[in-house]
Amino acid sequence: MTDTVVQPGSGAAIKAASARIADPEQRVLERIAEIRKRKPSLREDAITMSHGAGGKASHTLVTALFGDILSNPVLDQLGDQAVLAVPGVDNVGIAMTTDSFVVSPLFFPGGDIGELAVNGTINDLAVGGATPLGISAAFILEEGLDVATLRRVVESMRRAADRAGVNVVTGDTKVVPRGKADQLFITTTGVGIVALPQRVAISRIVPGDMVILSGAMGDHGSTVMLARGDVDLEADLLRSDTMALHGLTAALLDDGIDVHFMRDATRGGVATVLNEIAQSAGVAVAIDEASLPVHDEVRGVAEILGIDPLYIANEGKLVAIVAKEHAPRALELMRSRPEGTEAAVIGEVMGEPEGMVFIHTGFGGTRVVDMLIGDPLPRIC
Amino acid sequence: MCLAIPARLVEYVDADRMYGKVELGGVHRRINTSLLVGEDATEPGEYVLVHVGFALSRVSETEAAETLRILEEMGPAYHDEVQQIREWQAMEEELVGANYRDNNGTSA
Amino acid sequence: MKFADEFRDADLARALGARIAAEAGDKHWKIMEVCGGHTHTIFKYGIEDLLPSNVELVHGPGCPVCVIPMGRLDDGIAVAHEPGVIFTCFGDLMRVPGSDGSLLDAKAAGADVRMVYSPLDALKIAQQNPDRKVVFYAIGFETTAPSTALTLMRAKAEGIRNLFVFCNHVTIIPPMKAILDSPDLQLDGFLGPGHVSTVVGIRPFEFVTNTYHKPVVVVGFEPLDILQGVHMIIQQIHEGRCEVENQYKRVVHDDGNPKALEVLARVFKLRSHFEWRGLGFISQSALELQDEFADYDAEKVFSVPGVRVADPKACQCGEVLKGVLKPWECKVFGTACTPETPIGTCMVSSEGACAAYYNFGRYSRARERERVLASGDRPDANGNGNGHANGAVAEHELRAIPVQAR
Repeated sequence: MTDTVVQPGSGAAIKAASARIADPEQRVLERIAEIRKRKPSLREDAITMSHGAGGKASHTLVTALFGDILSNPVLDQLGDQAVLAVPGVDNVGIAMTTDSFVVSPLFFPGGDIGELAVNGTINDLAVGGATPLGISAAFILEEGLDVATLRRVVESMRRAADRAGVNVVTGDTKVVPRGKADQLFITTTGVGIVALPQRVAISRIVPGDMVILSGAMGDHGSTVMLARGDVDLEADLLRSDTMALHGLTAALLDDGIDVHFMRDATRGGVATVLNEIAQSAGVAVAIDEASLPVHDEVRGVAEILGIDPLYIANEGKLVAIVAKEHAPRALELMRSRPEGTEAAVIGEVMGEPEGMVFIHTGFGGTRVVDMLIGDPLPRIC
Repeated sequence: MCLAIPARLVEYVDADRMYGKVELGGVHRRINTSLLVGEDATEPGEYVLVHVGFALSRVSETEAAETLRILEEMGPAYHDEVQQIREWQAMEEELVGANYRDNNGTSA
Repeated sequence: MKFADEFRDADLARALGARIAAEAGDKHWKIMEVCGGHTHTIFKYGIEDLLPSNVELVHGPGCPVCVIPMGRLDDGIAVAHEPGVIFTCFGDLMRVPGSDGSLLDAKAAGADVRMVYSPLDALKIAQQNPDRKVVFYAIGFETTAPSTALTLMRAKAEGIRNLFVFCNHVTIIPPMKAILDSPDLQLDGFLGPGHVSTVVGIRPFEFVTNTYHKPVVVVGFEPLDILQGVHMIIQQIHEGRCEVENQYKRVVHDDGNPKALEVLARVFKLRSHFEWRGLGFISQSALELQDEFADYDAEKVFSVPGVRVADPKACQCGEVLKGVLKPWECKVFGTACTPETPIGTCMVSSEGACAAYYNFGRYSRARERERVLASGDRPDANGNGNGHANGAVAEHELRAIPVQAR
């Protein structure tokens, strides 16, 4: 290696030598960044559980298969909800979203499949700034399912719908032979109206925006994991956080807060939502580890099982990207409501490196937070 | 899968002390405790190292405190060290700079 | 969390980093850690950012998933496809690529593959499914082997006949010796595997100091443990000592855990040789079941292909495992080989160097370099600027750069 004869400690020396040291590694990192920007392709011949985890594999399946074949201007946006124009109407659009629920077990502390089905779909409308008008519910029932169980689930849906002030207005039922469905699957579709042009949109996200999380992460996934009984863990205080968030989102928007974007964090956890945001908006998201709200029991479960709470599913939490000046007010408003008592500003949006989410650790270091790979906790939602 | 974490032993669940319950952040787990003998014999309330559902050893509070004490002694030294580093660097710069000037007849 | 948080203190870490920087001098240090758990911690906490650039941590073959050759995994997958089998394994194994897909793919194709967190979970499944054959694919070093042993002893005691173990337990000393014998690496010392040592103690590592004259410090898994270990190695060299030291005294006894060693001896014996990914065949480096437990030995009960499969041409896991290549130096790192499309094991296991670097280290190193390049002058020693505690490190880096352009 040649030595450069320059003033030691000068900017030129640092640059030159750093460049020599950095080159090979930096080239590799840049190459990786380029490749990650490319459109994903589906390589597998068969569907695996990873495709349902909400992480990278799910994302690839949706974009490379469904998105590819069914492509159209509305679908291509891959939002939480689709916004349809009404012929002859300029200022209002129809928001539509759908979600399937296959959680096992059906009942768990804090909720059940019915409650998830109602709240989950309402939330997907709410985060787009839409007012939910009604929900449909389609049931696939396994032959042999206890009617008492079905009754319990539907009663729970009734209560959730009443709490949210949104009715189940239509539905469907199918029965399949024993063994062809695990007791009960529910698909709910939600319809709402949203003012146009849409106030919240991915395109509105800009560097400098603050990232606010509406409460503690990982409650739902951990609860279901323990309820399944596969692991010898007990956590008495742990319960699912399933909850309808349209009251919270409406309050934020009605208050005039400049909310640029919102998304609810379900399968794949908060990490996955942040990665989706970073990639779709072409920005970087920097998170402060110390400000991430996590309940002690979730932390305990996560430590014991070796999982990061950032990847554990939620069912009553949203991530809001808010204009910097409005962040304090947004936080205050969230915390004043039952849906957001533990809300926290967890980070900010930056210009670069594009598409990347990273975390400042309590340790003074930085590390990347990638999208979920694989499926640590299957059939959580 | 070398994941092993310290957790508090809450109680033994059988008379032979083959199984116990540990607690971490309010979460309880049933684990096998048959390796906790001899130097690793543990009483409820103390901590053990848990790995894939088994307690491998007892965590010694006294040893942990001692290790931390040694680490903490480095604390006050930090600022002194940094100060020294700066002084060494300043000295070295001067020397190298001086050499450079001498060899090249130019000023820094 | 007690006994964890105290050893993650950032201020103490910075202090240790500064100490190490001061004492490391100009020498280029190469210290190898041989435990996957250490690799994981180093990247997760960005420990290399706290060390001066002339102190290099080299990652060794300490990831028990990573060292399994493809053929052995294929054998496992073959057993998973046997009728009536419930195949159980730890999560990390599910996505490791075999010649024709992973266990996850086998599951999609109809095999009953279940993730467990303990061999006792496999035992429970066996108890609950008396008409099925439950196979537990056992992996891990001496840390994990006693758990498998105790589970088998329990199965025997309770008369459970439908549990089988496919044993891939390996021991840590032979690969360390293989690395020391290889001319590829010049190491200054070792960070010893803390959790393996809770079982075997620290004496087995004396061959490193006696025969190869390199110091060994057995360390724990929190960031401060690792930093202290690095410091202790540097101190040993400066003081002209060469010994096996125990930094992890809060859980490691010098003589290990006699009961654990006893159950190991009761249930396992050493195989004459075993193939390690990247290191080839090493004698006396892996465990198999004693004759007394032959009825529980999956390799005896099921017929397995037993075919030796070479790693894919592009895969350089072997060199990464030996510490000869850094993850990013592997030709397919991040391009053809990523966590979601892994070619080799190092990218799949949570303890693999490649996975750790891709998931954690990839960003911080790039950013540090940018910061050094962007700032024309020295950053403040207290790490002011971004709240990053890199003052002392960057300073030393700057000092080193003009003197030794690597």
